[in-house]
Amino acid sequence: MKLNRRALLQLSAAGVSLAAFGLPARAQAIDELVIAYNVNLPAWDPTTGPSAVNPTIQGLYQAVFDQYILQQPDLKPAPGLLTEWGWNDDRTQVWMTVREGVTWHDGSPFTAEDVAWSLARVADPATGSPIQFVWGTLQNHRVEGNKVIADVKQFDPTIFKWMYFLTGYVLPKAYFEKVGAEGFEAAPIGTGPYMVEKFERNAFVRLKANANYWGGKPDFDTVTIKFVTDAAARVAEIESGNAHVTLEIPYEEYDRLKATLTGTAAPVSDIGMIFLNDIEVMTDPNVRKAAAYAIDKQTIIDRLLSGYGVPIDTLETPQYDAYDAGIKVGYNPEKAVELLAASGYSVDNPVKFKIQTTKGFKPKDYEMVQAIVGLWRKVGIEAEIEVYEIAKHYELRAADQLAPAAFYNWGNSVGDPTTSTGFAMYGPSPHSVWDGQDVIDMINPLWGEPDEAKRIDGWKKVDAHIAENALVIPLLQYVQPILSAPGVVVTPHASGALLPQLMKRA
Amino acid sequence: MQLLQSVLTRLFTTLITLIGVAVIVFFVIRVVPGTPIAMMLPPGATEDDVARLTALYGLDKSIPQQFLIWLSGTLHGDFGTSITTRQPVLALVLSRLPATLELSIMALVIATAIGGFMALTGTRLRGTKTEAAIDISNGMALSVPDFLWGLILILGFGVLIPIFHISGRISPSLDLPFTSNFYLFESVLRLRFDLWADIVAHMFMPALALAIPLAAIIGQLLKQSLKETMHLDYVTLARTKGYGENHVILHEALPNAILPTLTLVGVQFTFLIGGTVIIERLFSYEGLGNMAIDAVINRDLPLIQGIVILFAVIFTAVNLLVDLCYAALNPRLRHA
Repeated sequence: MKLNRRALLQLSAAGVSLAAFGLPARAQAIDELVIAYNVNLPAWDPTTGPSAVNPTIQGLYQAVFDQYILQQPDLKPAPGLLTEWGWNDDRTQVWMTVREGVTWHDGSPFTAEDVAWSLARVADPATGSPIQFVWGTLQNHRVEGNKVIADVKQFDPTIFKWMYFLTGYVLPKAYFEKVGAEGFEAAPIGTGPYMVEKFERNAFVRLKANANYWGGKPDFDTVTIKFVTDAAARVAEIESGNAHVTLEIPYEEYDRLKATLTGTAAPVSDIGMIFLNDIEVMTDPNVRKAAAYAIDKQTIIDRLLSGYGVPIDTLETPQYDAYDAGIKVGYNPEKAVELLAASGYSVDNPVKFKIQTTKGFKPKDYEMVQAIVGLWRKVGIEAEIEVYEIAKHYELRAADQLAPAAFYNWGNSVGDPTTSTGFAMYGPSPHSVWDGQDVIDMINPLWGEPDEAKRIDGWKKVDAHIAENALVIPLLQYVQPILSAPGVVVTPHASGALLPQLMKRA
Repeated sequence: MQLLQSVLTRLFTTLITLIGVAVIVFFVIRVVPGTPIAMMLPPGATEDDVARLTALYGLDKSIPQQFLIWLSGTLHGDFGTSITTRQPVLALVLSRLPATLELSIMALVIATAIGGFMALTGTRLRGTKTEAAIDISNGMALSVPDFLWGLILILGFGVLIPIFHISGRISPSLDLPFTSNFYLFESVLRLRFDLWADIVAHMFMPALALAIPLAAIIGQLLKQSLKETMHLDYVTLARTKGYGENHVILHEALPNAILPTLTLVGVQFTFLIGGTVIIERLFSYEGLGNMAIDAVINRDLPLIQGIVILFAVIFTAVNLLVDLCYAALNPRLRHA
C-alpha cells in the first residue's frame, strides 16, 4: 500500500479515535490509588469458609475489618480494638478491654457486645469457622462495662495471638443479625481504615477512607484494588501507569522495573521447605541428614531467585518468637557423601526416592527442586520428581500419603512456634508429615505451657532436635517484591499482607 | 412437519447430552485429587475439625447420595451454594454469563470482519504477492495460541502504546446505571456512549486475542470456497456479461461460498467460548472463564458443576441452532 496524504490522514484519524475512547488514565498527582493485587477476593466474611484461612487475602480483609488486636509490620502485637488483654491468675478466665469511641462504617457505635458476640459466633461449630478448634477453647463470653470476659475451657497460651491471625476479626453484631450472612456479603461493614464502596467479584474492590478511623484517616481517600491474577498482566499494569502499586511479580521483572519505579523487597512470614515423610529410605537418619547437608541454599537463592530469599535452618524465621540463630545446618557435600557411605550408598549406588513439588505455585518452586535434585545426584541421591497441584498436596498431606520428600511453603504470620514447628511437625496433626514419637513427646507439654519464656525455650529445643535429626529440610524465607509508582511510599508488612492504610504519599 | 419432528428429536438428544454431562462432571470432579476441605484446613486442625467441616459441606455422604441431593436441587432450580463465595451457584454463573457472551460475540464479530476482509482481498488479488502475504499471516495467526496473542497485545497496546486497558471489564470509578449484566448492549440502548467506549477499551484486547486465530480459519476457508466458486460456470457467465471483478466476487461468488463458512463460524463460536477461560484470566476479565479457574483452584465443587453445565448448555444450544439453520437453509435436509 502506498502511504499518500489521504492514507496518512485516515490513519491519524483512526489513531486519535482509538486514543480518545481507549486511553487509560495515567496518574500524575495520585487522586485515586490503584493497586494491582495478585489474588481474587471470593467472599467478605473473614471468619468462615476457605477464604478466611487464605493468607494471601488477609490484607484485603484488614483494610476493611479490624482484628481484635493490631499486628504491627514487624509482626508484634499492639493495642487495636482491644486495648488490653490477659488471663486471670489461675488462667481460668480471659479478659479484654475494649476501645471506646470507635464506630462501624454505618456510623453505629462499636461496643464490647460486638467483641463478645464475634468470639462466641466463631466458637460455635455451627458457624463453620475453620479455626473453631481455637475459638472453642473459650466459652461463656460476657460483657462487663467495656470489658469482655470469657471462661477458659482449655488453656491455650496462643489464644491472644490468634486474635491477630486467621479469622481473628471483629464483626458488627447488630448489623450482621439484621442483614444476615447474605446481606453482609453484599454490603460488608467493619471498623477498619477503609469502607467498601463498590465490589465486583473477580474484578475490583473500590474503597473509601474511613474518616472516623480510630487509628487516624488513611492518606489516600480512594483506593481501587484490581484483582490481576496473572503476573505478566500485573507487570504491564504498573509499567503502563494503570496501577500505582503491585506485588508478587517475577524477581527478574522487579529488578528491571525498580530502576524507574520504587521497589521494596522485604522478607515475609512465608517459607519454602521440604517435608520428609517417615517412610521408605527416610527412616534412615543418614539419608535424611545427607539430603539436608547436600543443599546449597544460598546458591539456589542467588541463582534462581536473584538473591531474594533468606536461607533458614529451622521452620522459624528471624522474626518469629522461637528463632534461634545458633541452630545451623550448613552446606557440606563431603559430609553428605560420608553419611551416605555409612549406609552403603554412593554416586554409583545411589539411594532412590521420590520428591513431589508444585510447579508455578510459588516462585521457581519446580526449578528449585530441580536444582536440589541436581545437588543430591552429586552426593549419591537419585530423586525422581513428581509434579502435582497444590490441592493434591493438601489432600495427600492430610491423609499422610506424601512421598518421602515433598516441597511446600508454610506461612506463619503470627510468628508463634506452635503455628510453624508445632503444626508442621506434631505427628497427630493432619498437617504434619513426620510422625516420630520423640518429637510428639517433646511437643506435648508445650501446648499448654503457661510460662511464656519456658514455652519458647521448649520450642527452640524442639527445633534443635529436628535440625539435628533432619526431620524436615527448611530451605528459605521468601522475600516479597513490591513495586510502587513515584508518589507512593509503601510500608511492607512482614505477614505479607499489602495494606493500603500503610501506604503514604511521598 | 418433518422439520418439527427433527427439532423435537434434537431437543430430546440435547437433554440426554446435558444429563450425561451432569453425571460425568459430578463424578469426575469428586474422583480427581484435592478436596475443598483439605484446601480450607488451617494448621492445627484435628481429625474432629476435618469431620465437622466435611459434614458441614455435605461431603460426608456417599457420592451417589450427594448426586441425588444435587440432582433433586437442580431439578428445582437450586444448583447449590458455592463453597468459596457462599453465594447461590445459579445466581453467580448467570451474573457472569453476559460478560463472557459479550466478549465472545465481540471476538466473533472481529474475527469475521478480519477473516472476511482477508478472504475477499486474497481472492481479489489472487496470484499476487498480497495473496501470499495473506496466506503467511494466516499461518502465523493460526500457529500462535490466543493467550500468546494476549501477551503480545498487552505489551503492544497496554504498555508501549497504552491505548487500551489491560485488565477488567469497566473502569471502577464509573457509576453504572445498568439493570442487566449486558453492559455493552445496555450502554448502547441507553445511548451512554461514554460507558460504551470505556467497555470497548477494556474488551478490545481480549476480544482481539480470541479473534486472531479464528479470523485466520475463517479467512482460509472462505478464500478456498471463493476460489472454488470463482471457477463455476455461473460466475464465468457473470464475467461474460461484463460485470467487474468486485461485483462478481461480492454479488455472485460470495453468497454461495459463504455457506460453509457460516456453519464453521457457528461451530467455532463454541470453541471461542471455551477459549475465554485463559484469556479472561490473563486480562482479569470478570467472566465465567475467570470464575471457572478460581473454582477449580479452590475445588469449589458446586461452582465447577454449575459452570460446566452452563458451558454444556451453551455448546449444545449453539450446535442445535447451527443444525437447525443448516436444515432450514439446505433444501435437501429440509425435505429429507
